[in-house]
Amino acid sequence: MAKGRINVLEEYCKSCGLCVEACPVKVLRISDHINSKGYRPVEQFKEGCIACKMCATMCPDAAIEVYKIEEKQ
Amino acid sequence: MNEIKIYERPKAWAEGVHTHYCPGCGHGILHRLICEIIDELGIQNDTIGTAPVGCAALMYDYIDVDFCEAAHGRAPALATGIKRTRPDKIVFTYQGDGDLASIGTAEIIHVANRGEKLTTVFINNAIYGMTGGQMAPTTLIGQKATTCPFGRDPELAGYPMRMCEMLATLETPGFITRVSVARPKYIIEAKKAIKKAFQNQIEGKGYSFVEVLSNCPTNWGMTPVQAFEWTESTMIPHYPLGVFKDFK
Amino acid sequence: MARVLMKGTEAIAEAAIQAGCKYFFGYPITPQNEIPEYMSGKLPKIGGAYVQAESEVAAINMVMGGGSTGTRIMTTSSSPGISLMSEGISYIAGCEIPAVIVNVMRGGPGLGGILPSQADYFQSTKGGGNGDYRLLVLAPSTLQEAVELTQEAFDLAEKYRNPVMILADGFMGQMMEAVEIKEHVSGDLPPREPWALGCMGERGSKRSILKSLYLNPEDLEKHNIKLQKKYREMDKEVRSESYLCDDAEILVAAFGTTARIARSAINNLRKEGIRIGMVRPITLYPFPTQTIRDLASSLKHVLVVEMNMGQMLEDVQTAVCGKAPVSFFGHAGGIAPSVKEIEDRVRSIL
Repeated sequence: MAKGRINVLEEYCKSCGLCVEACPVKVLRISDHINSKGYRPVEQFKEGCIACKMCATMCPDAAIEVYKIEEKQ
Repeated sequence: MNEIKIYERPKAWAEGVHTHYCPGCGHGILHRLICEIIDELGIQNDTIGTAPVGCAALMYDYIDVDFCEAAHGRAPALATGIKRTRPDKIVFTYQGDGDLASIGTAEIIHVANRGEKLTTVFINNAIYGMTGGQMAPTTLIGQKATTCPFGRDPELAGYPMRMCEMLATLETPGFITRVSVARPKYIIEAKKAIKKAFQNQIEGKGYSFVEVLSNCPTNWGMTPVQAFEWTESTMIPHYPLGVFKDFK
Repeated sequence: MARVLMKGTEAIAEAAIQAGCKYFFGYPITPQNEIPEYMSGKLPKIGGAYVQAESEVAAINMVMGGGSTGTRIMTTSSSPGISLMSEGISYIAGCEIPAVIVNVMRGGPGLGGILPSQADYFQSTKGGGNGDYRLLVLAPSTLQEAVELTQEAFDLAEKYRNPVMILADGFMGQMMEAVEIKEHVSGDLPPREPWALGCMGERGSKRSILKSLYLNPEDLEKHNIKLQKKYREMDKEVRSESYLCDDAEILVAAFGTTARIARSAINNLRKEGIRIGMVRPITLYPFPTQTIRDLASSLKHVLVVEMNMGQMLEDVQTAVCGKAPVSFFGHAGGIAPSVKEIEDRVRSIL
């Protein structure tokens, strides 16, 4: 299984939760801090991201960047 | 360890803008898909959009291509004038269900029947969003809206209109398909369909029509997650996904 | 092109083509059908396009689309059709897109009749659609003038980024006269305007957005003030014909076909020694207010003659500003005032 991580562009996030639902490995949650628009941006709260991009595919605000992590041989 | 960025905001998404859409609205997903497709096809300088009346009236603020505003329902006629005078450009309309299936019924039927070489993205969320949740021609039987507070009654308002099926009866060749953005698996298919619809234009083929089953969490009175569950459980059975016509 | 005998509608169509109009979007309605018929035969041969729209509502939006790419565009219709186009005309004006619209007027209101009329004066000069917008309105009274104004309309539309209306009537459309149509009158058209859609690459990837929507009230007011400033600049396009006005005590004000009839009446009345003249507005918007006002204090009477129930009358009253009595004579329903009727009315004033 690939390894990855996400970077949330917090200012664009509207806290809709669609990515949390879409994540097959359930590593996302709504955070408890707020952005300048008053939304609680989503966050990756634990390891285990598989870089599947389902969260970014679902995001209506293009607020998620996805990175694939390659272990150096 | 080596990190490779495998997803970022599309370049065609205007820099630094925040959309006015409600949290979890399917418009954002569709805008993003269109931007991704514009990037992938390398057509940002050659695309002309028409902005509808409805929630997406301000879409020209988000998708960074040339745009002209359309009157309510008239985008197919507007786009006809654009494409006929600039056949070398990629022209698309983006219309909601009130815009396309109610006030613009004549325009959408005739743009398809003329086989204009352009693309329509039709967002069906079974309600008027911008005006505050009134009944649309696509509102489902029994579905409540502010102008059918007891649920849509076919005796009073007829049955929800299936635009793909209607348009597919036309003899003129075209690409007519229905997709959804309710879950990632549908979104992947939706993107393929819209990309094909744009590619059809590049290849000089005729008219392409992509209906997208979306949501309206605010006016449906649901959370975004519940709303897309409803799209899947209730809308898709009435509006089956699939290709209705493909230039045959 | 040599002088040839042509029907009004066809002369207007050919004049447009010679002004570089290669695209026409329209819908059939009597009495202007020869224009789309002519265009449908000619435009495909010169690399343009004729599209028969599903309605006038669609036709005017196709015009808006064509105009938005900086292309010379025209549509023609007749009164009820122009009513349907009024929504689109408001959007075209609001988005500042050049377009030429010809109204070959017929009688109203509603379905009215198919005979000539001038009953769309209010509609063309004072709105029709919603919002504070103005059209440049040109009213020819001969076919030669119709040809020249049609060609000039394209230049004016581009100069002001504004829709221009040719206000003709059923007589103008259906009569035949000898006309000379200048060929290729605007020369080679300049490259597309910098705002034109489809030129994002030429602009260095900077996009163009054509819109009339301004949700912020301050922005919408600013947009309106800008439009009004443009309409004041358009005032310098005002033109009219003054006929035998120098010593006139009686002034007739008439436009289009009615002015032709009035001219015959004036010629006859002059033979009787009556000092009568005419101001014929050629631009209905902007209206030649000052021309009429300058004459007003030396006049005994102003008679407004129209093929309607009194519409330009109001602009003439404003121009005369109480300095002379103003009365009206007109017919509706497709009946033209006769030379004798106008003469009799003038004699009754004396």
